[in-house]
Amino acid sequence: MAQKVSVDISRRNRGEVLKGAESCPQCSQLLTAEELEENYRVCRHCGHHFRVTARERVAQLADTGTWSEIAANLRSADPLDFFDLRPYPERVEEAEYDTGLPEAMLTGTARIHKMEVVLAVMDFQFLGGSMGSVVGEKFWRAAETAIETRVPLAVVCASGGARMQEGILSLLQMAKTTCAVELMAQVPVPFVSVLTHPTTGGVLASFATLSDVVIAEPGAFLSFAGPRIIEQTIKEKLPEGFGLAESNVEHGQVDMIIPRSELKDRLVQILGMLEGGVACALEPLWEEEESRPGRRGAFAEAIGRIKSLANPSRRPPKR
Amino acid sequence: MPTLPGVHLKDEIAKVSQRLRELGHNRHLDKAVWGRVELARHPERPYTQDYIHQMFPGFIELRGDRCFADDPAIVGGLAAYMGRTIMVIGHQKGRDLAARTRRNFGMARPEGYRKAQRLMNLADKFGIPVLTFIDTPGAYPGVAAEERGQAGAISGSLLCMARLDVPTVAVIIGEGGSGGALALALADRVLMLENSIYSVISPESCAAILWKDADEAHLAAQTLRLTSSDLLELQAVDAVLPEPRGGAHRDHAAAARIVKEALEDNLRELEAIHPQLRKQERFQKFRQMGVWKENGLTLF
Ligand SMILES: [Zn+2]
Repeated sequence: MAQKVSVDISRRNRGEVLKGAESCPQCSQLLTAEELEENYRVCRHCGHHFRVTARERVAQLADTGTWSEIAANLRSADPLDFFDLRPYPERVEEAEYDTGLPEAMLTGTARIHKMEVVLAVMDFQFLGGSMGSVVGEKFWRAAETAIETRVPLAVVCASGGARMQEGILSLLQMAKTTCAVELMAQVPVPFVSVLTHPTTGGVLASFATLSDVVIAEPGAFLSFAGPRIIEQTIKEKLPEGFGLAESNVEHGQVDMIIPRSELKDRLVQILGMLEGGVACALEPLWEEEESRPGRRGAFAEAIGRIKSLANPSRRPPKR
Repeated sequence: MPTLPGVHLKDEIAKVSQRLRELGHNRHLDKAVWGRVELARHPERPYTQDYIHQMFPGFIELRGDRCFADDPAIVGGLAAYMGRTIMVIGHQKGRDLAARTRRNFGMARPEGYRKAQRLMNLADKFGIPVLTFIDTPGAYPGVAAEERGQAGAISGSLLCMARLDVPTVAVIIGEGGSGGALALALADRVLMLENSIYSVISPESCAAILWKDADEAHLAAQTLRLTSSDLLELQAVDAVLPEPRGGAHRDHAAAARIVKEALEDNLRELEAIHPQLRKQERFQKFRQMGVWKENGLTLF
């Protein structure tokens, strides 16, 4: 389990060879692209959560046709004139080409089960989901939109940490995004983060862990330091399951683990409850609960009903 | 640290050696930058406790995070200073082997950052300004530290500093290593001693990841732009404090005098601003951090 991060990289390549079909790294079953997509890119045999791209995630969460991107024209500059084995702008260009994304984070407004939200989604395939100036600025603008429109913010994280190629400016994005979180708290607007595989480094140590409710995806690796650095420091192998979402729940570092198929419903439920507009009589979520497949549709419908019954005007800001 | 999948190194080797040859004429700069790194890590460089000793004779140390432990990698407490009380918090490296082990080389665990938060909140309650000293290779990367929430302790410290109503001054006195340093540096004024470094990652780790060769640390140090003059140019710090001739390790008392004067100037300026406005300016400063392109234009 500890080697999960390195396994992941080879998995992507294997997928390409099989032309859309992917074999599950956990149970080795072969899954077609269609069945993966139908099941939110979760293995139907063992529940392993495959990585999803930022655009796939938006499609999974946003009601059809409601996504409207904000800060779409931001692109990375090269303030340090950074050149390691290759120039930084070349790496950015390649990432843009490979992912079809402008940066490691997409930001926009959308409706989730008719509820207005600001949504920010990170993509690990774009330079390891690393946070440079653009990710920090996009997070800021997402928070700003949330504050101006009094709409909750949901952020789906996936990141290897700060982007080395922008040096200190990347590190300072941790401070910048923290200030944005504090401005949201002053209103307050609800802010929920979803930590997906993997979320580490400067992103985990800033806005990802500063949200009102921290949700993790099953099996996600969540740790400030990378597994190799820890192994080098302690000079021994990491314990079984170290840093995984399940271990993080046990150690009190995240509120809950939500399987991807339930994420959309739960996000609306939690954001709604924080806003005070949704009654608590919805399907409970607590430790003893058994999973109840097949009730998703009814659940979503119930939320829609309650939302429309509830006072449509939002709670006024606290003075 | 970002992983970079799909990078085909073999195709690049030729280009790289070419570029390295081009960089050859920069070897002098390379050496100068590495000299700064060595000075920042100099074993006789004044540490937080040395500045406290020189600047605040009546210092009272406050210990413990009230949850788990006292982390000796971060020290803090109350000091009398120019007719007022201030809260002083800083990373502490050890001078000899025993102290280094005890202080964990200045690499704090979550309880260190939680102690810092406790002390900052205490200062805020009584309107006491906060002074932090930054000197760490980074937060400690260990299993137990992770399990106790290293990431949350750092983000919590950042949020705590963002929220403070009192004036805050951070001084980078040696190594400003990554998130573990920044956790104490979200301040109204961030000052940096001339021969200090402040970086997103250590040059050694950066070289190992990007150059796949830790021996390229010199090159990484130059590329990362981690010296005080670089950081001033990038507007990542507010001011650079000159050091005594040859470096702060040559004269601890003189170094402390320089820091003391700068602290006095900055506190006087900050205390003249209304707390709410001061906080707004703090947010505005960090909001402007970064360089990006928008609609083709590069923005600072
Ligand atoms: Zn499977």
